[in-house]
Amino acid sequence: MPDTPQRGSSVATPELRRSQFLERERVWDFLIERPSRAELVDTDHGYILYVEELTVSFDGFKALDNLTLYIETGELRCIIGPNGAGKTTMMDVITGKTRPDYGSVFYGQRLDLTRLPEAEIATLGIGRKFQKPTVFENHTPQANLELAMAANKRVWPTLLRRLSGEQQDRIEEVLGVVGLGSHAVRGADTLAGALSHGEKQWLEIGMLLMQNPLVLLVDEPVAGMTRQESELTGELLVSLAGEHSVVVVEHDMDFVRSIARQVTVLHEGRVLAEGSFDAVQDDARVREVYLGTEGS
Amino acid sequence: MAGNIARLLLLTVSALTFVPVDAADDEFAESLAALNTRSFDDKAAVAEAIAASAHPRSMLVLEALLEGDLYRERRGEERIVLAEAIDGGYRVSEAATGEALGETGRRGVRKITVNNQLRRHLRGLIAGMRLDDPDPVERVAAAEAIAEADDASLGELLRAHRGVEQDASVVAAIDAALVVFDLDAESAETRLAAIGAASEMLDPRVRRKLTALAENKSEPADIRSAATNALTDIEQRAARFETIETIFFGISLGSILVLAAIGLSITFGVMGVINMAHGELIMLGAYTTYVVQTAMVALWGDMGLETSLFVAIPAAFLVAGLVGVAIERGVIRYLYGRPLETLLATFGVSLILQQAVRSIFSPLNRAVATPDWMSGSWQVAQGLSITYNRLYTLIFAGLVFAALLAVLTRTRLGLEVRATMQNRPMAQAMGIRTARVDALTFGLGAGIAGVAGVALSQLTNVGPNLGQGYIVDSFMVVVFGGVGNLWGTLVAGLSLGVANKFLEPVTGAVVAKIVVLVFIILFIQKRPKGLFPQRGRAAEA
Amino acid sequence: MRRLFESDPGGKVLLAVLAALTVLVPLANLAVPDDSPLHLSTYAVTLIGKYLCFAMLAMALDLIWGYCGILSLGHGAFFALGGYAMGMYLMRQIGDRGVYGHPELPDFMVFLNWQELPWYWLGFDQFWFAMLMVMAVPGLLAFVFGWLAFRSRVSGVYLSIMTQALTYALMLAFFRNEMGFGGNNGLTDFKDILGMNLQSDGVRAGLFVASAAALAGTYLLCRFIVGSKLGRVATAVRDSQDRVRFIGYRVERFQVWMFVVSAVLAGIAGALYVPQVGIINPSEFHPLSSIELVVWVALGGRGTLYGAALGAVVVNYAKTVLTGAMPEVWLFALGALFVAVTLALPAGLVGLVKRFASTRGESGIRDGRLQGSPLRVARRLLGK
Repeated sequence: MPDTPQRGSSVATPELRRSQFLERERVWDFLIERPSRAELVDTDHGYILYVEELTVSFDGFKALDNLTLYIETGELRCIIGPNGAGKTTMMDVITGKTRPDYGSVFYGQRLDLTRLPEAEIATLGIGRKFQKPTVFENHTPQANLELAMAANKRVWPTLLRRLSGEQQDRIEEVLGVVGLGSHAVRGADTLAGALSHGEKQWLEIGMLLMQNPLVLLVDEPVAGMTRQESELTGELLVSLAGEHSVVVVEHDMDFVRSIARQVTVLHEGRVLAEGSFDAVQDDARVREVYLGTEGS
Repeated sequence: MAGNIARLLLLTVSALTFVPVDAADDEFAESLAALNTRSFDDKAAVAEAIAASAHPRSMLVLEALLEGDLYRERRGEERIVLAEAIDGGYRVSEAATGEALGETGRRGVRKITVNNQLRRHLRGLIAGMRLDDPDPVERVAAAEAIAEADDASLGELLRAHRGVEQDASVVAAIDAALVVFDLDAESAETRLAAIGAASEMLDPRVRRKLTALAENKSEPADIRSAATNALTDIEQRAARFETIETIFFGISLGSILVLAAIGLSITFGVMGVINMAHGELIMLGAYTTYVVQTAMVALWGDMGLETSLFVAIPAAFLVAGLVGVAIERGVIRYLYGRPLETLLATFGVSLILQQAVRSIFSPLNRAVATPDWMSGSWQVAQGLSITYNRLYTLIFAGLVFAALLAVLTRTRLGLEVRATMQNRPMAQAMGIRTARVDALTFGLGAGIAGVAGVALSQLTNVGPNLGQGYIVDSFMVVVFGGVGNLWGTLVAGLSLGVANKFLEPVTGAVVAKIVVLVFIILFIQKRPKGLFPQRGRAAEA
Repeated sequence: MRRLFESDPGGKVLLAVLAALTVLVPLANLAVPDDSPLHLSTYAVTLIGKYLCFAMLAMALDLIWGYCGILSLGHGAFFALGGYAMGMYLMRQIGDRGVYGHPELPDFMVFLNWQELPWYWLGFDQFWFAMLMVMAVPGLLAFVFGWLAFRSRVSGVYLSIMTQALTYALMLAFFRNEMGFGGNNGLTDFKDILGMNLQSDGVRAGLFVASAAALAGTYLLCRFIVGSKLGRVATAVRDSQDRVRFIGYRVERFQVWMFVVSAVLAGIAGALYVPQVGIINPSEFHPLSSIELVVWVALGGRGTLYGAALGAVVVNYAKTVLTGAMPEVWLFALGALFVAVTLALPAGLVGLVKRFASTRGESGIRDGRLQGSPLRVARRLLGK
């Protein structure tokens, strides 16, 4: 386990102080410059997510049990664990879908995600790909990307603003990246609902890219993909790491082996082991959880 | 032998037809004649004699005297007669015998006058006679009338009657009347004792007397303060009874809401189906009651009326349940997973059912009779009575709830229903035929709606719009209690009923209803899943 | 503007029909002599005008139901509130010509022995103020209700039931004399609008033209909304609320916005309706009216806007004919319509036309969704 990183002791920059001041004295929304994402998310200490002592229970069943986990800035982290280990619940808590009974999730050093609504968390730069691919089936892939695109997502701008040429280009580019560009088999007016399972997976990854998030939470990205597609996905995720922090939950061990640097094993809602793929693979407790010990 | 019997019969018949002018009748006629006097005191004495005579016509005569229908002939025998005003004169009959004497001119008879004092005295006398009536309700009315007449001379009569009276409600009424007299007694001691007894009573006449005592400056201080204390006691007691009564009315209303909503709760909870035709299923139950009752009364008369409800309950369950299954098989099963569409389709069904009933039975309300054992009320304490129809409905709602709970928790069907409710795909995978479960659950919910209709037929008018009035309320109960939670429905229904009844006196019925609706709308904002939400991972999704 | 009508033949037809009506109906009523077969009676003008108001109301509902997945079972309430605001203006226009001849108070207030106008009646003698209220009152109610409901994520059938309770509560309230809106009888016996006789043919024709214009305007506005990115967000909210949240939209704000716009449109429709029919009473709040409105939209074709208008006209025409000829059949017909539309015509009349028009309908899968009745879909899936 890594040492517990320190949080909150940094000296605030002038910009930060200004934004803090403005937060306190906030009167009219439009009078203040909205602080940019980078100002709000303070990663001076090299960590972007501080998951601390998370506990979530459903009807007495503890889905997360005092889970503590830290994600470094720019890291690619794989999280594995048997069914019911709490992987998806952890993502639910980080993205604001589920509120924990106890514990906190700090995004940078100052933002407690457990207090923010989902939409706010998303605009602050945490993107998520769901286990089951969920795209907007009654929209074209292009519209899906347009909706996901990082932009002012308030009501009136959404109604009145048109796509700029730059944004149009960006959409086209991402469509190309995920293999749904103009050269693709299906026409531009195909609705996303008509795409194959794999195509939907790619489209969702495309939506993630359009959001340009600081943190990507990716839940089982290669389920339903061919071997080739898996490899492509792996490459994409590895290339995203560095600039972005990537957290991948995956069952496919081959896939994990191919991309993993740091692996965390969850079991019964807490961290069982953490380290390189090989170290984790050799861990006796991990083997026990995955394979079961003889005679038990 | 046969001849003997024939002779005996003949004898009996002749004995009945032969009216002897016996001594009692003569005496009665004589005392009537004595009414021909100017002195009201004398008239009072005569009236007492008439009352004491126990003659079959004495009551009639005294009432006529009180109403001013008793006259004396100006000419001839100067008989005392009963006269009925007709055009240009009177139609008269002999007061003592009832024998018709033909008509007479305006000036042919002269009214026997009464004054207020005599009137009061007469009322007391009549009431005293009515104390012997076989009907306890009449006897209570008589005791109350005596108290109202405030004629202490009748006190003895009351005391005597109290000794032989069996019925508790009559005894209570007599006691109240006696206290009214004792509060006026000469002796301060008697008055004080009466005040003590009075503090237990809610009779308005007792309270009026007590107030008078408490305010009477000439009364001794101890009596006045005792009276004041007694009044406070009575008021507290009255307030307590009023609260109890309000709670009972509230629970009674609540039990109806629960009955109406509980079937909805099941179908909503298990299938996620919004059944807008639920109200019409209730209506069908009520109409089934009407049909069953009409048929049974035609066949067996009163006996049929008394027992019709016991036949109507299973009949209504079957009729509504079968219609429910038909709706499920014919419409809803094509729409699973599309709750808004089921809402629209079942609404269409509700319109069709309504119009069908309107076409078959006419748009007018139908009267469903209340059997004897359900009419009347139960006197819990003096000043606190509970009507039987509400009481039985409450008990009935409890039984239905318990039965449903038992079905859902103790039977195989219940197990399957609960399994389907919690996780449909899993239940399917376990080999539960969810389509069959759906049809049965829907039939069960509909059947219970029908049974609710039986109960409602005893409380409100049975008409084609019966169901409409309950549909919004039922949904509110289900939503407030938490979908798919029977206990939630129970608590929600009862508390909404009680809240409604407590608000009504303050705000009026309509505003009370609005307040409750607005409250639920606000409540749902705070707790979108109701009072008792379903929890767990499934519910999160 | 041109972009609005790309691939929107239905919209073009609707606007063309409205334009034709705007010219022809007043012409046939005012310019054609009474004895000509081409003459249109004032009654007919009013009737068509009424249908146009209903069409506008249906479109307002389609905006939120078809495009945002919010099924309001209480939209009649917004319609009625707009109508009442207009009714209050028309009542003030009566002035001292009421039965009791009071210079200021409407007849029903004199009847109830009220001494002065309640504060909420003030200002309604001004046309501009009344028109402001026509939009503000439904809009504000929708805002408060929507804000409360959507913020706590009440959606689906729960929301529908809540809206039904809302209109039910309003109906009970407006039935009360103490509310000051004429109780049971509502507001009626109107005389003038803007100083002109409401019964005159010219004013009737004017109201008709205003209704047609309002409907056209509503259509253009709704088209603009659903064609914008906001429209795409709304559709996304309809299909997958949670997913929209996770890409950073405050779903509840979009829902409230759409709800308010729709309520304001419904209010305007109500305001145009009242002077034409000459009465507004609490029965407009009845949950039955609101749910009937849903079937107009469903029949025409949910999520097409012009389909909603079509459905409103078709159902109301059928209602006029049937309630006149065979009143007892009407409820059977309406009930059967509800069942038939949900079972057999999920895409409504417009969907039916489209299916005939396009050969692609053969596959049974269009727009990423299974089309057609459940029975037929099932058969297709089973390969029978």
